[in-house]
Amino acid sequence: MPDLPQPTDEDVDVVIIGAGPAGLTLAHALGELNIENVLVIDRDTQPGGVPRYSDHHGYGLRDLRQPLRGPIYAGHLALRAVKGGARIMTEATVTDINATKRTIEVTAPSGRVTIKAKVIVIATGCRERPRAARLVPGTRPAGVFTTGWLQRLVHLQHGSPGKRAVIVGAEHVSYSAVLTLRHAKCSIVAMVTERSRHDSFTAFNIGARARWRFPLLTQTTVTGILGDHQVAGVQIQDAKGRMKVLDCDNVIFTGDWISENELARRAGLVIDPGTGGPAVDARLATSAPGIFAIGNVLHPAATADICALDGAHAAAGIADYLGAPGSWPTRSLRLRTEGPIDWVSPNLLPPTARTAARGKVLVQFNERRRLPRLEIVQGGARLWSGYVPWGIPTRPVPISDSWLAAVSATGPDPILRVLP
Amino acid sequence: MEQTFDVAVIGGGAVGCAIASALVRESLQVVLLEAAVDVGAGTSKANTAIWHTGFDAKPGTLEARLVARGHHLLTERQADFGWPLERTGALLVAWDADQLSRLDSIIANAQANGYSKVEVKSASQVYELEPNLGAGALGGLLVPDEGLLDPWSIVIALATDFVVNGGTLRRKAAVTGAKRAAGAHELQTSTGSVRATWVINAAGLNSDVVDRLLGHDGFTIIPRRGQLIVFDKLARQLITHVILPVPTATTKGVLVSPTVYGNVLLGPTAEDLIDKSATGTTAEGLATLLAKGRAIMPSLIAEEVTATYSGLRAASEHSDYCYDAFPDQYVRVGGIRSTGISSALAIAEHVVADLRERGVKMAGLAAPTTVQIPNLAESRMRPYQDAARIAADPAYGRVLCLCERVSLGEVRDALTSPVPASDLDGLRRRTRALAGRCQGFHCGAMITEMTSAWSGHSHA
Ligand SMILES: Cc1cc2nc3c(=O)[nH]c(=O)nc-3n(C[C@H](O)[C@H](O)[C@H](O)COP(=O)(O)OP(=O)(O)OC[C@H]3O[C@@H](n4cnc5c(N)ncnc54)[C@H](O)[C@@H]3O)c2cc1C
Ligand SMILES: Cc1cc2nc3c(=O)[nH]c(=O)nc-3n(C[C@H](O)[C@H](O)[C@H](O)COP(=O)(O)OP(=O)(O)OC[C@H]3O[C@@H](n4cnc5c(N)ncnc54)[C@H](O)[C@@H]3O)c2cc1C
Repeated sequence: MPDLPQPTDEDVDVVIIGAGPAGLTLAHALGELNIENVLVIDRDTQPGGVPRYSDHHGYGLRDLRQPLRGPIYAGHLALRAVKGGARIMTEATVTDINATKRTIEVTAPSGRVTIKAKVIVIATGCRERPRAARLVPGTRPAGVFTTGWLQRLVHLQHGSPGKRAVIVGAEHVSYSAVLTLRHAKCSIVAMVTERSRHDSFTAFNIGARARWRFPLLTQTTVTGILGDHQVAGVQIQDAKGRMKVLDCDNVIFTGDWISENELARRAGLVIDPGTGGPAVDARLATSAPGIFAIGNVLHPAATADICALDGAHAAAGIADYLGAPGSWPTRSLRLRTEGPIDWVSPNLLPPTARTAARGKVLVQFNERRRLPRLEIVQGGARLWSGYVPWGIPTRPVPISDSWLAAVSATGPDPILRVLP
Repeated sequence: MEQTFDVAVIGGGAVGCAIASALVRESLQVVLLEAAVDVGAGTSKANTAIWHTGFDAKPGTLEARLVARGHHLLTERQADFGWPLERTGALLVAWDADQLSRLDSIIANAQANGYSKVEVKSASQVYELEPNLGAGALGGLLVPDEGLLDPWSIVIALATDFVVNGGTLRRKAAVTGAKRAAGAHELQTSTGSVRATWVINAAGLNSDVVDRLLGHDGFTIIPRRGQLIVFDKLARQLITHVILPVPTATTKGVLVSPTVYGNVLLGPTAEDLIDKSATGTTAEGLATLLAKGRAIMPSLIAEEVTATYSGLRAASEHSDYCYDAFPDQYVRVGGIRSTGISSALAIAEHVVADLRERGVKMAGLAAPTTVQIPNLAESRMRPYQDAARIAADPAYGRVLCLCERVSLGEVRDALTSPVPASDLDGLRRRTRALAGRCQGFHCGAMITEMTSAWSGHSHA
């Protein structure tokens, strides 16, 4: 563990909360811009965020342009950040943010400290919605997991969830759970989703199911968890109302993401009603000057490389802010949505920002659409319209950010909507 | 045969632990027999956690008297044990004309119980007190002394007090039979037999079964299930008081209440059942609660749910506690239905007085040991906030459970204390680890491993 800040009010230029792909990539990018006093704080024992324990391929494609296993990817990002001059403090938990004083409260084995920063970046990621929050009734036995718990259990603790699993959800992360379960030699009884089909890549679905032979039960609801001390089964109901019990000893609730937004809310930042995370503009600045947010706390859940590229993008805005904090333009319009859209990110529109991370704005549908057409209007004016390659729940789709320059700072809130 | 205890207490819930602690502090040799792997794992863990004044109890009943007295004793003994209590006050809200017309009788009922501090509030005053209430409140009553307690800490504190003052706690010891021999009771348990001069039955939902084992047949428990929904801590700021409905003949109704841990509770339902183990939740139950919650406080429903659970009230055919002391050196403390955490200390006081009257020799311990229970309440300093404590022991600075801010030091303490946690559930009740919004997404694997390593059990 690197040296921990001892004085109760250390001053740093930038403090980044969360050493996941987003936070670590930002730390590196700030180093490239010669911003020196950067501190990354993570509550975990090691930096890396989710990929650290998500031990399979598929990381690093868009940002590092090579396919890496999660832990290797995490290690690479952490090393690069440290080489660039950032300090990483682990086993340190941020318990509060004061947006006006721009301070954070940190609890670590070395002490309870207050750190003052010119810029605070929230990069706390997202989590999966657990069983209780989905209001799945029944008993409360052991053996009910999320993918996050499962992957830590298997890859960090070398434990096993059981022998027969039911997977709830059929999105990307659900197939990530399949890989982890097979690694732990746990068979898969079924994958269950309320939707009419899976939401992942066809290749993942066909590949995984052909290899490990489990059924995908669509339009099926989990109506109860059975078992006294250990899960003894899962009760399900299909579209026709037929009930059935799946015999299993563990259940994995996958996906259905929630922004890890506690700090953002405690700080009193404007929260976007769609993402549940802090509202941000194209610079990834939040509603409070000097507070930025990046990664899946903003858009639960994009892939890790997209989170990392948020980090790379935010560095420029942070450098601008550090250069002239007094003249930071904050008056913002909200980007509102209409139609079958869960959220859009970024979702604040300041007068000056012209480009978004990767030149893309992310849109999440909540209903399946084939080759959907979207438009953005402000008052009577159409700022943009175009087709997007997919409209799939749980899979954010990128649209161009070319329209940002056309937004009128004095106009009403622009609206993003799906055209018939 | 080994030792003959002065008293055997059957059941390690709030009531049994309170009785056992009170008796051991009177220098008696006491054994506490609990069927489960842990104390407080029955109804005492799954309730609404309201610190009742007894304003709404049936006047003249033992329950009314003991709840009022218990409310007071919880404050009086707070310094010894350190459990949190929050006098938030309860706001009883009338949502229709009929309910409004019943407020007077509620005031009269409170007065009959010796409680005269109930204040009438107009509709606008009700909204001033609780701005986030849904539309349609017509008026209400403020009961200033109702509040919040921490049922988990109360049970653990009393069980710990019992053990450190010389009591014998046997967990996993279900009483399965009883006979009388040579002026004493001989109890068969799942882990050996126990002799005691007096037996006290505080077996909660099973108190009727134990009553029969002991040769009596005074009542039948009809479990009444209450399902509850716990909302995220970010909802805590929506609410100040315990928000009560106007009660009906059979139930206190669905309330919305903060908890000392900083969450918000919605519940409970009231369903009469036969199965004493039916502590699961149901789709209908949860749907009913959400519908009621949406009417009482719409903004609450927009917050994330952290947990759902249900508890069984040990109701009986009688409309009071089933309490009696018998000549065969047996005290029945059954049917402690929906107020037993609030009244536990008063029930214990009552038992002590009864035994003394019946000639049991007692002498208060000259120097009882007192143990402060670790604080789980948000209103007071938690270890993660305590710079001095972290400096003295860095383990309190290592936060394992982010959602509930539980440190390694607290987990270690709970697994090595005089009444240690032996499973994840017990650890959760002692520390709140895994009780938070992520339900183990971040820390479940690590904390499970730690619990197994310390307690020598394996938990999948
Ligand atoms: C189980 C799972 C499997 C996934 N599989 C894939 C996959 O195969 N491929 C892919 O591309 N994406 C995958 N994802 C999505 C994506 O990888 C993650 O969501 C991604 O890591 C997000 O990056 P991030 O930097 O925003 O957050 P995270 O990686 O979640 O990092 C956030 C960090 O913040 C820290 N933190 C949070 N709160 C605090 C606090 N208060 N104080 C201190 N530290 C704090 C956390 O400890 C964590 O290290 C998966 C996600 C999950 C959950
Ligand atoms: C939904 C709900 C809401 C409530 N709300 C409140 C509230 O807000 N405020 C309040 O003060 N009270 C409330 N209560 C009531 C309170 O929870 C109970 O009155 C109290 O917990 C009863 O404690 P107990 O010790 O009698 O029973 P329990 O906690 O059930 O303890 C009995 C113990 O006996 C053990 N046992 C059973 N049989 C045997 C045997 N044969 N041998 C050995 N051990 C045995 C059991 O394992 C159990 O641990 C509520 C109850 C419910 C269900």
